[in-house]
Amino acid sequence: MSKQSIIEGVTADQLRDPADFPQFSVGDTIDVHVRIIEGDKERVQVYQGVLIAERGRGVNRTITVRRIVANEGVERIFPLHSPRIAKIEVVRRGDARRAKLYFLRSRVGKARRLRDQRRGLKHTS
Amino acid sequence: MLNALIGRKIGMTRFFTESGENVPVTVIQAGPCVVTQVKTEDTDGYSAVQLGFEEVKARRSTMPVIGHDHRANSAPLGVHREFRVDDADVELGDRLDVSVFEDTKFVDVVGTSKGKGFQGGMKRHNFRGLEASHGVKRKHRHPGSIGGHSSNLGTGPKIKKGKRMAGHMGHERVTVRSLEVISIDPEKNLILVKGPVPGPADGIVMVRGAVRLYKTKARIAKAG
Repeated sequence: MSKQSIIEGVTADQLRDPADFPQFSVGDTIDVHVRIIEGDKERVQVYQGVLIAERGRGVNRTITVRRIVANEGVERIFPLHSPRIAKIEVVRRGDARRAKLYFLRSRVGKARRLRDQRRGLKHTS
Repeated sequence: MLNALIGRKIGMTRFFTESGENVPVTVIQAGPCVVTQVKTEDTDGYSAVQLGFEEVKARRSTMPVIGHDHRANSAPLGVHREFRVDDADVELGDRLDVSVFEDTKFVDVVGTSKGKGFQGGMKRHNFRGLEASHGVKRKHRHPGSIGGHSSNLGTGPKIKKGKRMAGHMGHERVTVRSLEVISIDPEKNLILVKGPVPGPADGIVMVRGAVRLYKTKARIAKAG
């Protein structure tokens, strides 16, 4: 048995059901519902932003979500298979022509917006 | 039961605990091992247990090894390692697998670190090197002065013994202590420990129950 398949076997039952998440792709604006544990209490916080990168495979898959908080760009990287992610919702489908949208970091103001995937609806914010 | 095994490092991945914590783990394929020799104070002057791991074809082995392992009722084994233990509680020919770690919270892992080749003082001993400017020329990664010619007794013809200098780095025996056992899988002979272990993937490692815990980990072990 190869090393790769052994590791995949270890992580197999950690993987979440693909049906847990809706179809999303880079450029979409998504809501990530994050479980936050404070002491013995648990609550869900929603983090909304633009999905600018996906990387990794298997249990190492992560998504990078960028949003603007108090005029400051914030990027959070979520391990997709973490049990701390309660839910992901797609708010808006953006039209992205590349896999990594790092160019958004240097954009300011209205230029930050991505074209809606439904062509014709240009620059819906 | 003796909680020690020989294994192979498979690689690293991540593991989510039930509370959702993301733990970096190393996967080690350990055992099954055969007790190939039990050393005692009377016969050998010290007490230890020798384990063997991974069967090899007889033609790839040597007669002394074949004979040695045959006494333990085993096919010739490729890897033999010794564990120093008092009261081993095992006998020649016993077979050990990952289930010996069932009640073990922390383990020590001994391996051979990755070889780095011939390295300078900065990488090998964390020397600072010389300055980047202020007139320093062609000596930016220099170890600096290595002292005068003095032996360990006083003055002499040579540099002091043990002076840290450039040289071969890595490929040495390294022990990492008190690694948390995240889970074991007796069916696949796998043990998952928290954090990295020395050596390359596919490298041979020795896993044993933690001999002496770090303070913080001892507190954790005591609490739960």
